[in-house]
Amino acid sequence: MKAPSFAYARPGTLAEAFDLLERHGERARILAGGQSLIPSLNMRLSSPELLVDINGLRELQGVSLQGKALRIGALVTHAQIEKSPDVKKHASLLAQAAPHIAHPAIRNRGTLGGSLALADPAAEYPACALALNASFIVLSRKGERHVKAAEFFKGLFETDLKSAEILAAAEFPPADKAVFVELARRHGDYAIIGLAGTRVASQKRFVFLGAGATPVFAKNASRAKSLAEAKEALGEDLDPPADLYHSSSTKLHLARVLLERAWNTL
Amino acid sequence: MEHALDTSMTVNGSPVRRRIPARQHLVDFLREELGLTGSHIGCEHGVCGACTVRVDGDIVRGCLMLAVQANGCRVDTIEGLSDSGELKALQKAFHEKNALQCGFCTPGMLMAAQDLVLQKKKCSREEIRNHISGNYCRCTGYQAIVDAIEQVLNGQS
Repeated sequence: MKAPSFAYARPGTLAEAFDLLERHGERARILAGGQSLIPSLNMRLSSPELLVDINGLRELQGVSLQGKALRIGALVTHAQIEKSPDVKKHASLLAQAAPHIAHPAIRNRGTLGGSLALADPAAEYPACALALNASFIVLSRKGERHVKAAEFFKGLFETDLKSAEILAAAEFPPADKAVFVELARRHGDYAIIGLAGTRVASQKRFVFLGAGATPVFAKNASRAKSLAEAKEALGEDLDPPADLYHSSSTKLHLARVLLERAWNTL
Repeated sequence: MEHALDTSMTVNGSPVRRRIPARQHLVDFLREELGLTGSHIGCEHGVCGACTVRVDGDIVRGCLMLAVQANGCRVDTIEGLSDSGELKALQKAFHEKNALQCGFCTPGMLMAAQDLVLQKKKCSREEIRNHISGNYCRCTGYQAIVDAIEQVLNGQS
């Protein structure tokens, strides 16, 4: 189908972007890579009056080391994350996750910020951000605020972002070891279930995607001392929703399969 | 607010300037306005890959980019790549390996395959399949398509 009619603006500065977002409120949508927004327009699931294309904002670009954390701008694409030597070295979890996101032509346009701000519970980056204890840098006219990943994802496609705020970047603290695994019916499909795992010193963190309305931190499994204990404990952490093809118990079984693979890598 | 914008881009090497409705995606613009109907429209939500074109050297989904977003960009379509001879080896291999039947997916498939060819590395069949995983073929199937791409990439016959 064809998208409904909307206006389009491409601000050259943050101030112009805030003007547009404040003036149009809920009737405006931010356009980043557009790889989820444009399909939803084409299918007429969404009909904003105005698209504010933020691709001209230089402040949202770039990958840089801030102390020990890696700061990645919201407009950095999946393809850039996949290929960046800095990401591979300082946030290898993201480099491992990126090739699982859709297909090359989509990874050339889709962005980190777009994926985090959309907060699709089946997406890869939200789970990675939670596993790495990332901080999100959110800009508005009033200035800058930092939000921890654990406080950012509020519900199904729901985040802590307020009207007229822009997600500018995310900062990912280092991990000693990281592993990303997921199961999908075909390469590039949304995962049936996936796991972002990290280890900092002896502290493991397991975060599942496709397992609830938000990325789910498996608290009990992360505390377990042995693999058997962790697999057992996962039953208390997860109650994954069934999808068209997989029952909840199948998804829990598959989550345990992934946990075993990740456990042996971390 | 502007519902149509003056937009300039370079398409297959030629400068193009048009006033484009914001809601029109890039492939509709190429097909409807410029008559470049080699890029096909299948699903219009980013699943099938029939609309694959190149923007500033990177392959993208033509249905998931607004035409106005291509302002200032270099856009290359199957027509441009075919006319310049860039796709000669792939086209020959697709012909020889019988890697198309109805041909609907072929332009997108060639654009995606050429992206891999340009990376100039040898690939396993698995890697080729991963790279074209976003391009659907509903008739010939993938075996012959992978054969053709493999022939070009790895110089096998």
